[in-house]
Amino acid sequence: MKGVRHYPGFLAVTLLCLLVLYLPLTVVAAYSFNGSTSITTWGGFSLRWYADVFTGPEATRFGQAAWNSLTIAIIASTVSTVIATAAALAMIRSGRFRGKTASYALINLPLLVPEIVIAVATLIFFTTIGLTTGYLTILIAHITFCIPFAYLPIAARLSGIEGHYEQAARDLYASPWQAFRLILLPLLGPGILSGFLLAFIISLDDFIITNFVKGAGMETLPTAIFGSVKQGIKPNIMAISTMMLGVSVLFVSLSYLINRKGRPAR
Amino acid sequence: MAGAAPTPSPEAGGSDATYARLRRPLLAPTWTVIGVFLLLPVLLMVVYSFLTKEFRGGVEWDFTLAAYDQFFVTRGLFGDEPAQIEWTYITIFWRSIWQAGLATFLCLLIGFPTAWFIATRPEASRPIWLFLITIPYWVNLLIRTVSLRFILRDQGPMNDALIGLGVISQPLEILNTNLAVQLGLFYSYLPFMVLPIYAAVERYNFALSEAAADLGANRWRALFEVVLPVVRPGIVAGCILVFVPALGAFLAPDLLGGAKTFMIGSLIDEQFRGSQGNWPFGAAVSVILMTLVLIVLMIQARAAARAGQ
Repeated sequence: MKGVRHYPGFLAVTLLCLLVLYLPLTVVAAYSFNGSTSITTWGGFSLRWYADVFTGPEATRFGQAAWNSLTIAIIASTVSTVIATAAALAMIRSGRFRGKTASYALINLPLLVPEIVIAVATLIFFTTIGLTTGYLTILIAHITFCIPFAYLPIAARLSGIEGHYEQAARDLYASPWQAFRLILLPLLGPGILSGFLLAFIISLDDFIITNFVKGAGMETLPTAIFGSVKQGIKPNIMAISTMMLGVSVLFVSLSYLINRKGRPAR
Repeated sequence: MAGAAPTPSPEAGGSDATYARLRRPLLAPTWTVIGVFLLLPVLLMVVYSFLTKEFRGGVEWDFTLAAYDQFFVTRGLFGDEPAQIEWTYITIFWRSIWQAGLATFLCLLIGFPTAWFIATRPEASRPIWLFLITIPYWVNLLIRTVSLRFILRDQGPMNDALIGLGVISQPLEILNTNLAVQLGLFYSYLPFMVLPIYAAVERYNFALSEAAADLGANRWRALFEVVLPVVRPGIVAGCILVFVPALGAFLAPDLLGGAKTFMIGSLIDEQFRGSQGNWPFGAAVSVILMTLVLIVLMIQARAAARAGQ
C-alpha cells in the first residue's frame, strides 16, 4: 500500500535536509584545497594548506594541541568504556534492585544537564578543591561526560544477548569468570568497540567544557581552532577542520559497520 | 509464550545471580565518577550562586542573594532608587527562549517530512538514510559552526552564488544578525529532530491511515488528525532534544551573531572570563538555566507518562 505512505514533497524536503546538513561541510572541505592565500578567490587545486598545517608557523601550536586532544581522547574513552561496561552488566544482567532508576538517571545525567552548565559546575568544583586547571582536569571532565555515550551501545547490545549462552557454559562447569570472558565478552565485543569509538569522537570534539576547565596555556585542537577563528577564518584552519571531519566520519562509519555486522541473527 | 521473540525491555537480559552479587562493585565506578565529578559540582554551583563576588574573579564564603538580586532587580545606578524589575537579563533569557523555540519549529518543519520519508523506505535502505542524517551530528560542532560562518560571510560562497545567479545584486549581510544565529541553531540540532520522529513513525501502524482513507479523509487530513496524535511522543522528544541544547548554545551566538544577538550561553561564559567576571552571578544564571531545562524535561516526562497510560 504505497498510497497512505506517500506524501508529495516529502522527498524534496528530505533532499533539502541533507543539502543543509552537508553543504557547509562540503564547501569548507573544497576550499581547504584552494591554492590561493585569499579565502575568497579560487586559485586552483593545491595541498599547500595541508603542508602549512604540519610545517607552517602555527605547526608547533597545532601539533601540541593535536597531541593533547588525541591522548586525552584515548585515555578518556578507554576509561569511560570500562566504567560503562561494568555499569551495563549491573543494569541489564542483575534484575531489579533498589536504586536502579537512580543509577539510570545518574548514568544519563551528563546528557540531561546543559553543556555550559556542566562546564561552569566543573570549573567551580576544581577551583574549590584547589586542583589547578590543565591536562588532568580536562581528562577527568572528559571521562565523566563520555560515560553515557559509551554506555548506550553497550547496554543496547547486552540486552539483545540472552542469558542462555552463559548458562550453558556454566552448566558445563565454566567458572563465572570463564563464562564471562569466553562467552559474553566476545558476544558483547562489537557493542564495547562501538561505545569506545563514540566516546572517542565525543571527547575529541568537545569544545565548551574543555574551554572552561583547560586553564591558561593549555590547548586541545578545538580550543586552538576556536582561538584562531576569532581572528578570522584562515585557509589552514579549513585544512585542519577537513582532517578532523575525516577522522569523525571514519570513526562513526567504523562504529556503524561493527555494530551492524556483529549483530546476532534473529 | 515460550519461543517468542525477545522483547526489548529493561529486564531484557534477565537476572543472573553472579551479576546480582557483583552489582555494587560493578556500579561503584559510575556512581563515584559521575557523583563526584558531576552531581557534586552541580550542587556546589548552586551554593556558589549564593556567595559573595570577589574582585579578582573568585568568591568569598559569605552567603548573600546578591547574584539573584542583580539578575532580577535594579535600584538605579547608585542603588538608592526604589527596587524595580531589571530587564537586561530577562531580555537575554527571553531572546534565547525565542531563538531556541524558532529553531525547534524550523527543525520540525524540515525534520518531520524527512523522518516520515525515511521510515517509509524499504527496510533494507533505511539504515543508509539514517546514517546520512547521523554523520553530521558526530562532526565537531565547532567545525560545523565555523563552516556556516564561512559560507554566510558577505563575500562568502553563498553570496557569490546568489549574485552569480542574478538573484541579488548586493551581498546579503547575514552574519552577525539574529537570522545567522537562527540558521546556526537550526543547522546544529537538525539531526536531533529527525531521529526520535523516525523511531515513532517506524512503529506507526499504517492501517490507521488506510482506515482514515477508506472513511473518506484525504491524505493531509489523515496526517493531521490520525498520524500526528499517534506519533506525538516522538515529535515531543525531538522538540526537547533540539530546544534544550539550543537554549544554552554558546558557539552559534558567539561565532555567527554579534553584540545584538547575545544569548544565555554567552552571558554565562562572560562571567568566567578574566578579572571582569562574576562567578556567583555566572553560577546563578546557570542555576536559572538549569531550572528552566528541568521544567521542560518534567513537562515532557508527564506528557510521556500520560501517553503511556
